[in-house]
Formats: sequence, structure tokens, C-alpha cells
Amino acid sequence: MAKTTTKSAAKAAPKTKTVTPVSERKSSGHLDRRQATIRLLGKTDDVLIIGGIAGAKDDAMGAAGGDVAHCYALGGAMGAACAMGLGLALAQPTRRVFVVTGEGELLMNSGTLATIGVLNPPNLSIVVLDNEYYGETGYQPSHTARGVDLVKIAEGSGIKATRMVTKESELDDAARMLRQSNGTSFVVAKVAPTDPERVPHSRDGNWQRQRFVRTVAAWKK
Amino acid sequence: MAKKPAGSKVAPARTAKRASAAEDWPNTVYRLLREGGVTQFAYVPDAGHSVCISRSLADPDVQSVALTTEEEGVALVCGAHLGGAKAVLLMQSSGVGNTINLLSLAEFGRFPFLTLVSMRGEFGEGNPWQYAMGQAVTKVLEAMGVQVLRAEKPEEVEEVLRAAMTMTWQSGMRVAVLLTQRLLGAKVFAPAT
Ligand SMILES: Cc1ncc(C[n+]2csc(CCOP(=O)(O)OP(=O)(O)O)c2C)c(N)n1
Repeated sequence: MAKTTTKSAAKAAPKTKTVTPVSERKSSGHLDRRQATIRLLGKTDDVLIIGGIAGAKDDAMGAAGGDVAHCYALGGAMGAACAMGLGLALAQPTRRVFVVTGEGELLMNSGTLATIGVLNPPNLSIVVLDNEYYGETGYQPSHTARGVDLVKIAEGSGIKATRMVTKESELDDAARMLRQSNGTSFVVAKVAPTDPERVPHSRDGNWQRQRFVRTVAAWKK
Repeated sequence: MAKKPAGSKVAPARTAKRASAAEDWPNTVYRLLREGGVTQFAYVPDAGHSVCISRSLADPDVQSVALTTEEEGVALVCGAHLGGAKAVLLMQSSGVGNTINLLSLAEFGRFPFLTLVSMRGEFGEGNPWQYAMGQAVTKVLEAMGVQVLRAEKPEEVEEVLRAAMTMTWQSGMRVAVLLTQRLLGAKVFAPAT
């Protein structure tokens, strides 16, 4: 009985794919997302990190050495990463703050770039992993696959230290800019549309918060 | 003169009350927030917050953050907390609708969160466009786990804000203070057209 039900349900279901197969994903990006993040962030033991929804948080943790106290990994709250990084950077002006986010998340609140551009905190560094897809939801093409230029949006928002990175040979220079600019810095890394390698981590936002706050307070001393 | 008249015990309180009455409530709000340790003021402008906004812009010891949407403010307040700072979000009742999904960050992460909401779409509102969101404010905030306090009269603003600050930073709650339209009054807004 059960088998018959399953079969007829399968027959009735429309033949649509919920995830675009890797072979059918087309992106101008070729960089490995994890390796690019590791090289752009560099040494992470004394920096504060906000990892945005979907793969970005895994790459942020991957670059930070795992589920560490000073990396807040967002499992939801799409669109929050950059503004959260701004609040953190203003609260901790002597510490480097990295935001790692996907282009899909950034597009949800691209106005935040204007909010950041006006204040321009030099300790805030934003890394956008642009795979030109909404990957988490099954790889639907995003706006950057269709001509939208995030670097121009950032520049138009008043952020001066910007860079688009498409090749591995450009990563070191971009990493330097992220650390040394005298205003907020913004890098878009064109990454391949491959599935992000997951990093096991606590998904309790409250526990993560308390751990982060305690750690930052202890660093100050 | 040596003997004070009966009831003199309340005299200091009366003096204090008169002194604070000399300060209008918007300036009281700014003073209390600063005394409470707020160093980040985030806002989408509204007439009801104009004093806080202009004073934060003029205050060298605070960050005055002009937002493009109130949603950013929720994330900013949470980020400030991660860095050990206190922030407040100032918004109009319409802006509450823009914050909903990111309130899930504040609620799920149990972030201390304080917002002051200047109300439209209630007592004496002459612009019918304001009612839909104005009337939904309390329901929406409560649905997302935010506790809602109302200030109706100038003389109760201080008490309500002090309570909200204790709830937020001592108990770690998510709290909204509604600066009601009755409080803001017709003086703040131009007559409805
Ligand atoms: C407000 C809201 N809308 C939609 C979603 C569904 N969603 C989750 S992740 C995601 C896409 C993220 O895309 P991007 O930032 O480019 O990251 P990628 O997965 O491609 O690395 C979407 C649309 C959501 N979580 N929240």
C-alpha cells in the first residue's frame, strides 16, 4: 500500500529541480570560496567577525579556525550582517571587525552601505562572497549574474577602499587593503558556485552572544 | 525658621520635580539615555525624535547613526552589544513594520534591545495612511517578543523610560517605549492636511 502511494505521488509531482545541479551553474566567479576567505581575512585570532547567513558564516568560521568565540555565525536574520558589523565596529574602534556575507544577503539591505559610507569606520572590513547565485535556496541566479555591480554600489555609497577580486593573484593585495585602508574597506570576491563546506557549530544564538561578549570583554583587559 | 513647617519632608522631592519639569521631556529622554550609558543613537528621522537626533549629532561622545531603514537599526543595536556598547533605536511607528524579521535576531539571541517609537495613527491622527501600521505596532512588537510600554503624559516619560532601561540592560529584555501621539501632541506635528 505504502509503495503504491509513493509511486503515484511521484508520478503526480511536476518534474522541477529544487536545486540547480553544479554542472548547470554558470558564474563568472572561479575562486574557491573557502580559500579566498582564508586569504582575505588572514590572521584572525585578534579580530572580531560577523558571518552572514548561508555559506558565508561557514567560510567565516573556516577562516577563523572553526566555531570560535569571536565569530558570530548568523543562521538567519538575512540582511543583518553589515549593520551588525557596523554596531560592533563603532563599539570596538581599536579592533578590526570583518563582515563576511553573500551577495544575496548584501542585496537585501544594500542601503546599509550608505549608512556605513557616511560614518566610514576604518576598522570595518567587508568581504562579499559573490557566487552570483542564491545558493542556500537551491542556486537561483542573483542580481550580480545579471549586471548588478556591488563595487559600484559601495563606491556610490561613499566607501572609497573597494575592490573586485576575480583571480587568486589579486587576493594578497585585497587582503592588505582590508587591513590598511583609512576608511571602511569593501571587497567583492567572485567565487565559484560550489557548495560551501559546512563547519560544525553551536546554533544557539543566545549562547553564541554570551560567549562573544565575555570574550571581547576579557580581551580588553 | 528653625522649625520647618509640617510636610517639609516632601520639599526636596517637589524641588526636584520642578527642576525636571523645567527640562522638557525630549531633553529628559536624551539625558536619561546618556546617563544610562547609551553611546550609539540609531534612527530614521521623525519629528518626535528631533531633539535626540540633533543632540546626538552635536555630542562628541556618541555615535549618531542615520539609518536607511529601521531594520538596520535592530542589527546595529545587537552588534553594539557584542562589542560591549549600549545603543538605542529611534523610529516612527511606521518603521516598526520594517524591523520585523530582524527582531528575530534580537529575540533568538536574547539581545538586550531598546527602542523608542514615536507614534502615529492613533489619538487625533489626521492622516488616514498612518492608521494601518500605527494600530498594528503593539501587536507586531509583542508577536516578536518585544515588551511594550506607553508614555502618555510629559510627566510620566522619565518613569517609563527608567523602567524600560532597567528591563533592557538589567534584565536583558527587548523593550519598546511608545511615545504616544497624545504625548507628542499637535504642537510637534503640523495640522493634518
Ligand atoms: C528574509 C529572508 N528571505 C529569504 C530567505 C531565504 N534565504 C536563505 S539564504 C538565502 C540566499 C543567500 O544567498 P547569498 O547571500 O548569495 O549566499 P549563498 O547561499 O549564495 O552563498 C535566501 C534567499 C531568508 N532566510 N530570509
